[in-house]
Amino acid sequence: MENIVRDFLAESADVVVIGAGHAGCEASLASARLGMNTIVLTMSLDSIAMMPCNPNIGGTAKGHLVREIDALGGEMALNIDKTMIQCKMLNSSKGPAVHSLRAQADKRKYHTEMKRVLEGQENLKIIQSEVISLKVLEDGSFNVYTRLGAYYNARAVIVTTGTYLKGRIYIGELNYSSGPDGLAPANELSHSLMDLGIQLRKFKTGTPARIHSDSINYDKMEVQSGDEEIIPFSFMTDKIDINQINCYITYTTEETHNIIRRNLDRSPLYEGVIKSIGPRYCPSIEDKVVKFSDKERHQLFIEPEGLDTKERYIQGMSSSLPYEVQIPMYKSMIGLENAQIMRPAYAIEYDCIDPTQLKLNLELLSIKNLFFAGQVNGSSGYEEAAAQGLMAGINAVMSLKGKAPLVLDRSEAYIGVLIDDLITKGTNEPYRMMTSRAEYRLLLRQDNADMRLTEKGYETGLVTEERYQRFINKKQLIENEIERLKNKKITPKAEVNEALERIGSVSLKMPASLYELLKRVELNYENTLCLDEGRPVLKKEIKDYVETVIKYEGYISKQINQVEQFKKLENRKIPGDIDYNKVGSLRLEARQKLEKIRPDSIGQASRISGVSPADINVLMIYLMTYNNKKGE
Amino acid sequence: MFTDTIAAIATFPGNAGVNIIRISGDGALKIAEKIFIKKGKNTSIDHPQEDQEDMDINNYCGDDFSFKPRYLHYGYIVDKNHKIIDEVLICYMKAPNTYTREDVVEINCHGGIISAKKILETVLEHGCRTAERGEFTKRAFLNGRIDLTQAEAVIDIINSKTDSSHEISMNHLEGRLSKQINSIIEEIMDILANIEVNIDFPEYDEDEITIGRVRDFSENIVVQLDRLISTADTGKIFKEGIKTVILGKPNVGKSSLMNFLLNENRAIVTEVPGTTRDTIEEYVNIKGVPLRIVDTAGVRETEDRIEKIGVEKALQKADEADLVIMLFDSSRELEYDDEKILEYIKDKRVIYVNNKADLETKLNLSRYGNIEKEAINISVLENHGLEDIIDKISSMFFEGSINVSDDLIINNVRHKDLLIKAKGSLEDVLYSIKNNMTIDFIEIDLKQAMEYLGLIVGKSVSDDLMDKIFNEFCIGK
Repeated sequence: MENIVRDFLAESADVVVIGAGHAGCEASLASARLGMNTIVLTMSLDSIAMMPCNPNIGGTAKGHLVREIDALGGEMALNIDKTMIQCKMLNSSKGPAVHSLRAQADKRKYHTEMKRVLEGQENLKIIQSEVISLKVLEDGSFNVYTRLGAYYNARAVIVTTGTYLKGRIYIGELNYSSGPDGLAPANELSHSLMDLGIQLRKFKTGTPARIHSDSINYDKMEVQSGDEEIIPFSFMTDKIDINQINCYITYTTEETHNIIRRNLDRSPLYEGVIKSIGPRYCPSIEDKVVKFSDKERHQLFIEPEGLDTKERYIQGMSSSLPYEVQIPMYKSMIGLENAQIMRPAYAIEYDCIDPTQLKLNLELLSIKNLFFAGQVNGSSGYEEAAAQGLMAGINAVMSLKGKAPLVLDRSEAYIGVLIDDLITKGTNEPYRMMTSRAEYRLLLRQDNADMRLTEKGYETGLVTEERYQRFINKKQLIENEIERLKNKKITPKAEVNEALERIGSVSLKMPASLYELLKRVELNYENTLCLDEGRPVLKKEIKDYVETVIKYEGYISKQINQVEQFKKLENRKIPGDIDYNKVGSLRLEARQKLEKIRPDSIGQASRISGVSPADINVLMIYLMTYNNKKGE
Repeated sequence: MFTDTIAAIATFPGNAGVNIIRISGDGALKIAEKIFIKKGKNTSIDHPQEDQEDMDINNYCGDDFSFKPRYLHYGYIVDKNHKIIDEVLICYMKAPNTYTREDVVEINCHGGIISAKKILETVLEHGCRTAERGEFTKRAFLNGRIDLTQAEAVIDIINSKTDSSHEISMNHLEGRLSKQINSIIEEIMDILANIEVNIDFPEYDEDEITIGRVRDFSENIVVQLDRLISTADTGKIFKEGIKTVILGKPNVGKSSLMNFLLNENRAIVTEVPGTTRDTIEEYVNIKGVPLRIVDTAGVRETEDRIEKIGVEKALQKADEADLVIMLFDSSRELEYDDEKILEYIKDKRVIYVNNKADLETKLNLSRYGNIEKEAINISVLENHGLEDIIDKISSMFFEGSINVSDDLIINNVRHKDLLIKAKGSLEDVLYSIKNNMTIDFIEIDLKQAMEYLGLIVGKSVSDDLMDKIFNEFCIGK
């Protein structure tokens, strides 16, 4: 018997978001909050903001992204602040630019809280339904068709399908069509996207097994506890007071490695069954054992999945070996001798798009008002997805309102680095944010994300009045304190020099401002209290901020100079209607690349691989005549 | 439109009577004001000499002087220490009525490359960069000074490479420089990858790089860069050259060959075996290949004490040599001494040469098949076949089959400029270390040094770094 479903127009909206993962949630919230009538379609209401892999938010560079999302008025930081069960500031022994927050999340709670926020959002409808195709109508709007026959008309569509598109799970010799974590895949939408002329490709990623906590011998492991004082992700959260749960560190053994080596031929990664490209920073344990064969052991982290579950995530052990091999493999590790696997490890392969088909506002070059965000763009990670979702949501609205897009550049935000990398350079593996990808790391600190972006978020309309006032107050306090320290003159009196020597510093010969004194290596804001009568009482975040700005002034101004150089080329815009075939003297490769990427600026063009400095010169010369002719 | 200031020697390199250094951009006038001192009424120095370097600059009316546009001023260019470099005529042309439509300063200095180069270096030290090939013209065009046909000619200049043999040999040299720079970049990248892994994956048990290691490393690289930079001032292609040792039994014609290569009579040439008791070193540049030739005593089993020292020294020199020229006497049979040398140099880069090809051939090398085939037949006496040796040396060098232990010379001002900047960044690294800064600050300048070096070899190094991080460290979930 054939199933015949009659299509019917269920509803019309300004914006339809396909998918309610981390990208979809931010996109639909941003769109609805900016006043657009928004519908978010998800395969399952139970998988909204699901964390199918690691149970944490943040980490190096990712923590920066979360704070930037927050400063722009996004939701991720607020949600993790509500649902974290452990928090750590990573790299705290290093400089302020690389301090990064990471929190362990209660996965279930994270989902429930985010769902609650979506449910309570004005202008936003959440509907459970699988999208099977997408049509562009003559008036430029879209019809979004679902399995149940209902279709939705929208002026703009944001695709945030994550790893669901043609998802296929691999466990040893076994492979089957599936979305992440046993959820249904989205097989039909892939074809519909291809019909629209969108190029797809396959990426893969993997996740380790989940082990029952009662079967783990924690006595044999190192405890990793959270920070004593939790610093919240959101600039809106004052304080987080929770009982933190421990994580644990353990290691593989020689036996683990032997098991893996003996069974390499049963790993689809090694047998070439999975031909798609996986992330190099997130290799399977098979990869690690083969590639770093001289390492006697590999480090693993045992992370709780939540408060109400016994499931433990074994970070460092993602694998595509058969279930039969996984059991002895996990049991061969220290403290896991009795490990009881609750969910086995698997690799997943999925369709994503080549992000170079997008513009910097995340809109498809070839179809107006069709946006893409998250893992479907070839990125990896919840934070990377959320950041793109937020920007796609904002820019879909900007486009519908006929306003200029919000594009952050590489000197303004990690979000800018992320999107510029994806759109300009493309990626050959699931892209993960790292601090080393940012050229101006010292300016893009997590402690100044609000200083960098709140204003922009406010102009966009996503930052609430409350958040904006909070920001203005903080900014004022910082500026006042810096000004005060500049004016605070310290004279070389005997008691001053005694105090300085007590701190382990050298005595003063000439009067100096406290601002200048604070640049001394051995002095800091706290230990100079004795020199600073009448110091105002300030919050720690303000004190730390002031100290950073003063102590690293030289380095910061060096980077500001570099940014000025960088901006010169960024500000030389390339007109959108340029025909690269008319630019004489361009090398063929450069012409093709420029035509494909269609950069906004000379700066962006110069970052395209295969475009040489000589090509850039040629392009600049062409633009000059082009602009002259237009002026005539 | 452009906010950076550029400078270059605008005249063709050669032995012209006058050289012109052109500076263009917003900063041109400011730079000129810093380096030019107008000749005062009370001084009459026509040719500044070494001993006048320390003259009191207050004798010059430098303070109340100001440039009058389109007026030729007469005076001196001084370096940062107020030492006079050259006496010059200088002209300031105010934007927009100039070639580039920017502020332009042109300095006419004495001919010869040294003075012009020093002035350019001084100009660069005051905050501008070297102009790329065709860049003045490019600016002229982009600023609307010349039309498209002229501009297309500029594009050709930008894209073209000249084919003069001089250029080609310079390019080869640059290839060798690239090799050395690339190896420094590679070393910096090793360190950086380790730092980045420590920063981006702090939870993993990769070894934390120690500050001490970064310091030792940076100090070492500063020394290497210093050596490269200092070669720029010698005016020779190489400071040291390819260390070349001529070996052969006594009276085989070593000194004669050396004299030919040197084109002058430096070593004593006699008919008595064993006259060249000690080793003699000479520098020579052959077809763009710099050689440091070591003449040795004839290697022979000897009981003569003095000569024995010479022989040992000769073989010792061969140990350190980049290249050995092994001379046979084709008029004599293969002797024990020949075989002894052959045995000694079997692992070396060797050019085999049969001298005295004008006499009857008695030498039989058939036991050494390869050598027999490769050997070049010459007669130093009749000046025959010597060019073949030169060609062989030159081709071995440019094919890279000779490994040079010593450093290259930097005779490109742009390269020197970048090397100095790279060195500056490394000094900043050391400064940060001294001030107990954390590794992420130290990394900033280390990365900057790598970027400058990357500009010399013309590549963006950041993607390579990412590959390195992933390939060499075991990280991930």
